Amino acid sequence: MTATTHESHGTGHDDHGHEHDHPAWLAHHFDDAEQQFDSGKLGMWLFLVTEVLFFSGMFCAYALLRSLNPEVFSYCSAFLNEKLGAINTGVLLFSSLTMAWAVRAAQLSQHRLLVALLGATLGCAAMFLGVKTVEYSHKWDLGLLPGMLYQAQVSHPEHHAIPTALPYLQAPGVVLLVGFALYWLWALMKRNDFHLQIAGPLAVAAACYVGGAFLGLKLEESAEHAETAAHATHDHSDHADHASEGTAVAGATDATALPVGSERENLLIPQQSHADQVAVEKGIEEVESPSVNQRGRAGVFFSIYYCMTGIHAIHILAGMGVIAWLIVKAARREFHSKYFGPVDNVGLYWHLVDFIWIYLFPLLYLIK
Amino acid sequence: MAHTHSSADHNIHDSHLHGDGEFSHPAPLSMLFTIFGILVLLTLLTVYQSTLNLGDMEIWLSLFIATIKAALVILFFMHMLWDKPFNAILFISTLIFVALFLGFTLLDAHAYKDTIEPRDTLKESLPPALADSVK
Repeated sequence: MTATTHESHGTGHDDHGHEHDHPAWLAHHFDDAEQQFDSGKLGMWLFLVTEVLFFSGMFCAYALLRSLNPEVFSYCSAFLNEKLGAINTGVLLFSSLTMAWAVRAAQLSQHRLLVALLGATLGCAAMFLGVKTVEYSHKWDLGLLPGMLYQAQVSHPEHHAIPTALPYLQAPGVVLLVGFALYWLWALMKRNDFHLQIAGPLAVAAACYVGGAFLGLKLEESAEHAETAAHATHDHSDHADHASEGTAVAGATDATALPVGSERENLLIPQQSHADQVAVEKGIEEVESPSVNQRGRAGVFFSIYYCMTGIHAIHILAGMGVIAWLIVKAARREFHSKYFGPVDNVGLYWHLVDFIWIYLFPLLYLIK
Repeated sequence: MAHTHSSADHNIHDSHLHGDGEFSHPAPLSMLFTIFGILVLLTLLTVYQSTLNLGDMEIWLSLFIATIKAALVILFFMHMLWDKPFNAILFISTLIFVALFLGFTLLDAHAYKDTIEPRDTLKESLPPALADSVK
């Protein structure tokens, strides 16, 4: 498995003169390379179509839950860090760019560039997940859990500099980073170009996972600092306001109107649900006015949040698996203008994962 | 063969230039970077619009921007503009089924009350013929 054998392996394919009547990259049940490519691509599109339908089930649940509990969604969305969501959107869009470019590199037989671009895509995917580990673990500390596990928020929650679950979520990344770095050093010592091309991107991707967590922590911290600063300046006036606003909100006809002030502070003012408001208007008496901030109310949002982002993250993991497989094939110089189907099809899958996130980001993070 | 092609293929927009059995259409880098730039701008736009107080319009505007972004990804990054029409038909018909699924489900969403009304109120609201059946 030296670099030279791979070289001859790759270029030899196009030579129709050797003893087989078809090159190794063309399965014998296909007439030609184009038929093989089109069949593969049709299969991939069929799979993607089932993926779209699968996700549409969750989008449907989202739409139903949101239309029935609008106040729960606007209350809970404020707990999601918009900045982290936006950065993750950018990272995914960039990975889509490198993936689309990788397809081009495969078509043009730019082998080294192809490995680098696939590595960049893998790194972006890892960074996306790294940022997610911070988002998830931070929420778990606050008790922002799905369904009946949700814990009502208190005005001054315990603050952890590093979320409790983060080290556990990051541990696999660190282990992989050490492993891939050793693999890379071994390949470097052996001067094995093939293994170096594989080990490099894998090590970088593992580093991106850990780096993503640091980036996430930094941004999460800066968001908290801004908030505590806001608390410090507004603390007094806010508390004074609260008493009057609390009653004002209860009596107001417009239940969705939020009082001004710092965001988190607002969150702690019990809001009346729309249904209750209607009930009050209709003169039905003795209706409780439950806050959104409680088990079984806010939990609805976090159920759909974890479900959608979690299944999306599983798709990212699966995508990383196939991209790693592509890196091995690309390091073997297998792709050229007549055989790039695997890169193209994984690319399609990867863009679909991006496609889903394009909708998830505004629907979960940007609700006001 | 592929190798000799590749050097000539560098900067081409050859979506209609089929050589013998040539079916790869390398996307021009300028196009890929332009699309990426537009996608990032639209992301910034959607973050900005979320800071405005648009009320009920907000969800529709953010979905509109997301749909433009999704269309760019599908048409250019996923190369659907240059793809076999059958794949496009597959995808578009899926979107139609998704629309049916969401549409019909949401039609029903507000058909139920989450409170149980007292029987007397119910009796008054029913036509006389039915009201008799309520004891």
